[in-house]
Amino acid sequence: MCVALPGTVISCDGDSAVVDFSGNRVRAKTGLVDVAPGDKVLVHAGCVLQKMREEEAVELERLFKELGDVG
Amino acid sequence: MSDEALAAVKARLKAYDGPRMRIMEVCGSHTAAIVKNGIPGLLSKQIELVAGPGCPVCVTPTDYIDRLIALSQEENTCVVTFGDLLRVPGSAGTLMQAKNAGGRAEMVYSPFDILAMAQAEPATTFIFAAVGFETTAPVYALLLDQIVEAHIENIRFLTALKTMPPVIDALCAGGADVQGLIAPGHVAVVIGSDAFKPLAEAYQLPFGVAGFSGMHLLYAIDGIVRARGRGTVMNFYPEAVTPTGNVKAQDLVAKYFEPGDALWRGIGVIPGSGLFLKLAVQCFDMGSQALQHDHPMNAACRCGEVLRGAIAPQDCPLFKTACTPLHPQGACMVSAEGNCLSVYNQN
Repeated sequence: MCVALPGTVISCDGDSAVVDFSGNRVRAKTGLVDVAPGDKVLVHAGCVLQKMREEEAVELERLFKELGDVG
Repeated sequence: MSDEALAAVKARLKAYDGPRMRIMEVCGSHTAAIVKNGIPGLLSKQIELVAGPGCPVCVTPTDYIDRLIALSQEENTCVVTFGDLLRVPGSAGTLMQAKNAGGRAEMVYSPFDILAMAQAEPATTFIFAAVGFETTAPVYALLLDQIVEAHIENIRFLTALKTMPPVIDALCAGGADVQGLIAPGHVAVVIGSDAFKPLAEAYQLPFGVAGFSGMHLLYAIDGIVRARGRGTVMNFYPEAVTPTGNVKAQDLVAKYFEPGDALWRGIGVIPGSGLFLKLAVQCFDMGSQALQHDHPMNAACRCGEVLRGAIAPQDCPLFKTACTPLHPQGACMVSAEGNCLSVYNQN
């Protein structure tokens, strides 16, 4: 249940952001973290939980994609 | 991490012939990832992984499920929940069965979906089944913030929120046969890796904070094995976890919730291991603190011992006989992160 997926912030709008997960775009609340377009973030239960260090996030994103968990 | 570094870790884990290491992965998502990645097959026979109590659905007592079922059957109410909770047995059936018999329960992927539901039906009281650990608690706190701000009056919560350090403390104090722990990665994103330091030091056990890929887990296990006997916390998930965690999320949780004693299914009451709505926002609560009983449907169910890491799922006489994913006798066979379902799927 503590599953959180890495994605990229596309745009921000008030208290939420559009986050891209390998082409799937979902809206996530941003009240727990200040984010900007381009940020790599972890999303849990419709909410951005944390910003990620980019170079590590790319690797994690690739691994999750391999595992078939994003989509 | 380079391919060479990963190859070295794999070789080291396979060749390990030191003292036996029993390592507990506390988090249910880790259990699922370990099975999915075939991690046990990559380890020396001297390294054993054992699952712990980190599946929120699995540790939710029957009283809680029974209360959800009763609420779903009241006039003008709707229980809103994540999917797994629909199938967890209470003392007399599941929420899904109650729904099929005319109760009202809706599944959502995000708790924020309840906002639109409540606004569309102002005469209905929507009750969110707020289960989870530190990872999910800030999401409920943020939702509550929005409910208060928008003056939405027809949303309530039935909470079963729990925290990880107290249960790890209780297991270690109870003499759990473990020589290291894989700390829950997404709990650590919120509370920070330093939150595990007092436990590591008190019990002189290595804790490895890990992410959820096979590589993350192998690095963490390798680190834990190499740190055997040392009370230390190692962060193998630095891209997401910092020593202090997400302070903004912690502050929001503290605004609305306070610690209290909580009942863990199959384990018992652990002091200070729950999060309950504060007095100022008690008006949003549907009686969460009164839910202090657990009545297993099947007396032979050994979920409690499985959740404590005392036995493997295969050691339970009901496993794969009376207890299967289609006819679960305990919560560990229901959740996608349940220890029993993970092992069932592996076999």
